[in-house]
Order: sequence, then C-alpha cells, then structure tokens
Amino acid sequence: MSTTGDTRPRTVPKPAPRPTPDTAPYWEGTARGELRIQRCNSCARSYFYPRPYCPHCSSDDVSWITAAGRGRLHTYLISHRPAPGFGEVPYAIAVVELEEGPRMMANLVGVENTPEALVLDMPLEVDFEERGDQSVPVFRPAGSAS
Amino acid sequence: MTAIVGAAETERIGVVPDISALEMHAQSARLAVADAGLKMSDIDGVAAAGLSPIAVAHYLGIAPTYMDATAVGGCSFLVHVRHAAAAISAGLADVVLITHGESGRSRTGAPPRAPDPASPQGQFEAPYGTLGPPTMFPMGVLRYMKEFGLTHEQLASVAVAQRRWAANVPRAMFREPITVDDVLASRMIAYPMHLLECCLVTDGGGALVVTSAERARAMPGPKPPVYVLGTGEAAETPMVSMMEDFTTSKAFRLSSARAFAEAGIGPDDVDHLMIYDAFAHLPIYGLEDLGFVGRGEAGAFIAEGNTSPGGRLPMNTNGGGLSYTHTGMYGMFLVQEAVRQLRGEAAAQVPDVDISLAQGVGGMFMAAGTLALGTAAAAGA
Repeated sequence: MSTTGDTRPRTVPKPAPRPTPDTAPYWEGTARGELRIQRCNSCARSYFYPRPYCPHCSSDDVSWITAAGRGRLHTYLISHRPAPGFGEVPYAIAVVELEEGPRMMANLVGVENTPEALVLDMPLEVDFEERGDQSVPVFRPAGSAS
Repeated sequence: MTAIVGAAETERIGVVPDISALEMHAQSARLAVADAGLKMSDIDGVAAAGLSPIAVAHYLGIAPTYMDATAVGGCSFLVHVRHAAAAISAGLADVVLITHGESGRSRTGAPPRAPDPASPQGQFEAPYGTLGPPTMFPMGVLRYMKEFGLTHEQLASVAVAQRRWAANVPRAMFREPITVDDVLASRMIAYPMHLLECCLVTDGGGALVVTSAERARAMPGPKPPVYVLGTGEAAETPMVSMMEDFTTSKAFRLSSARAFAEAGIGPDDVDHLMIYDAFAHLPIYGLEDLGFVGRGEAGAFIAEGNTSPGGRLPMNTNGGGLSYTHTGMYGMFLVQEAVRQLRGEAAAQVPDVDISLAQGVGGMFMAAGTLALGTAAAAGA
C-alpha cells in the first residue's frame, strides 16, 4: 500500500559498474559509443579486460585502440531466474569473441533470447546500453541496427 | 609423508536452520578431532575458508601457531590439505585441523555475498545479469556441445548416474531414482541446464585432521590413516568469461597433473574418483581434463554407466553435489567421501579401494585443488 500517492511502477535498475583508475579509459570510451580494448606494442596481441600490462608477454608498452565492434557469438546461457533489472523474462548472458581476438561478456539485443534464435558463431556488432551512470557494450546480430 | 587421521561431517546436513555457519565449523571440528582419537589441545594448526581460521580457532579454544585462510572457493579445503602437508613436512606444524561450515541454504550466521561493483567481475560481468553460479558456471556448455557433439541426454545422464549412488546413501538429500526424461522435464534454470543438472543448496560442515605419517604410526588413532599421496592446486581466472578455452578447465589440468606426478600414479591406478559436481557438466570436463577419457568422450562414458554403481570407474559415490549435499563450498565433502571409501566405511562402499582421487573446483572454473589419497598399502607405509 502506497502512502505517497506515487503509483508509477518501481523498476529496479540493472547492476552498474564502478570504474577504477585503470579501467577509466574503457568507460570514457563506452560513454562516447566506442568499444576500446588494449593492444600490446611488444607482442602485437590485443586483450580484454583493461589492465596496464600485457597478459600475454607482461610488457607495459601497451596502447588503447578502438575495436571495430564486430564479433561472433562464442558461447552463452539463458538464465530463467529473475535478476535485478532483468525482470521475469529469460535473458541471455553471452561471451562474444571480438574480431581483434579477445572475448568479453555481454547481453544480446535486437534478437529473441532463445536457443533457436541464438546460434553459436553468428556474427554480431556492438551496441550500448545504460547501466546507472555508465554505458556498457552489448551486441546485436550484424546488420540489425535500425 | 602426511596422513588424514580424523574426518567428520556435522551430525546433520541438508536443512539445518538452527545451527550457524560458525557452529558448523566447530561441531565438525570436535567430531573430527574425536574421530582421530586426539584432544583439541593436540591441534597446533588451523585452516578454514568461509570464516576466518582465527574465528574458528578461538571458538574452539585453540591458539594456533600455523594458520591457513586460503579461500579460493569450494576447493579451498583440498588446498588446505596440500598446504598442511607441506607445513607439517617442513616442521611448521604437527597437527592441523581443517574446517568447513556453511549455512548455504538457511543463511544462519552466514556472511553476505554481494559483488563489489569496482571489481573486475563487478565491472565486466555483473552488469550483464550474472546472479549466482547458475548464470556463470555453465557458460561453456553450449560451446562444448558444438565442439564435441555432447547431447542434452548425455548431460542429463550425469544426474541420473549420481542419483543411482545416492539411492544407497541414507544421508543424501535426494535418493529417489530418476531418468534422463525426468531430468530433461525438470524446470529450466539456465539453458542448457535444468534444475536436476544443478547442485543442491544445503547447510552443513565437515572437518579433517592432518598430521605426519610418523606421528600417525607412533600414536595410532581408532581409524586407519589415509595417506596423502599427491596434491595439486591451480588458478585460472577470476571471471568465467575469461576462460582460455570454454571446453576445458585449465585449473583442472594443471592441478591434477601436479597431484598425479607427485603421487607417481596415473588415471589407471585410481580405484575411486570424486569430481566436484556443482553442475552436471563438471564431471564431464573433469574426466577429460584429468585424463580418464579422451576429449569429447566423457558424456558417452557416463551415459553408458561406467561411473555408476557396478561400473569400472566409481565416481561421486556419495551422490555428489547433485544428490548428496552442496553447502556452497562442497569440496570438503569430496574429501570426506574419499576418506570413508579408503577406510571401508562408506554408505555405498566400493570394494577394494586403495587409491582415491578427489578433484575440487573453486568459483566458476576459477581455481582447482586435487588430492590423491591412499591406504597404507598404496602408500607403502
């Protein structure tokens, strides 16, 4: 029973990330609609998640690059349990393999989150969604942007 | 060489809302020390995960001079045994008590479990709706299915095989026989995992007492010592999404290889096997990563009954996390069942067990711990 007279549905927000100094360039990028990853200048490999040292060769000579935003659906699951901000509808949690090599977790938008619609290795492209004050990368089927 | 000379679970497991997590540690500790024929004052080392070994030791009236707070998920207790073996061999401790207690189901006196939004997991996974192990642990299963042709029916057969063992285990939470169709008809939790392919959520605890083989011989307790033949531990990643290969656990491979090498044995020497089964795909990954079968063969191996009662590789003979109990950090119960089988006192006893291997996992394929355990005959003791 409401005592405020406010009858608007109360929506619980989806969990929001809190950037740290080492990850700030990533989140500054997503705020501008860019997916930034890091590339090692010593071994020429790209990596995710953000850290100032290459996980492949330990070099600290690394640069931020803007990824092409293209990838493939590497694997996923579909959670059927309600989660804060995700409501009652089953939703997919996926791992996307970027064209540059690294993989990252993401949600899948612009496509039904069903086993029939989500086919492993299908081509995807990046999009962005709000989480609190931050913008997080999500992926949609390639060519599906409206 | 070192030996497990005391082992016990809490008197009750399953749904036990009237006992706090700390009391679960303490009750099982007292039972394990009594099982070893020792007094609490004989303990000079304490290891615990979930709660601090300082808290556990003080609750029990111990001022330990060796402590291990390694907390790397459900395999922590296997890692504690490894560290205790090293510490005892190095002369840092004489008798180490390792405790587990968790009010996983009732949350009585349980610590909070909220992800930090500034952690890597909080920044790069939680925003996508990861909420507990079912939303993370099975992440690689569809990839495995595509790479190796594992069927939904074979995956379901893992739960069926373990329920066959649980039927003979009075303390198991679920004992009614089930079929592959029952598993596939159970509620979907996180596609492709159905309810019966996910572990139980229970309350309970367990404890172990580890000492040197020399001391075990000099001051024999009421039960035969279980010898630590070889141990391993490994870590891969704090985030499931960063697994190097979603069809295999790097931590399983690294940890088990160390344990096999240290014990001087291979998979063919193992009479009894425990593989941590938080979800039905773990025994599949484990059988392959530990070298019991080739890549892509584990699903058929289990479906054909090889790990079931009467099969050639008895596995998860207490019913496992899927049917026996799963408090959250289930690894303690792997070791308890391995000890029971080696002592010849298990509910579903396998004949002639001289070597048992226990493979634990921590987090969502984040870490691993392995113990190769044996009877006096296997240890040459």
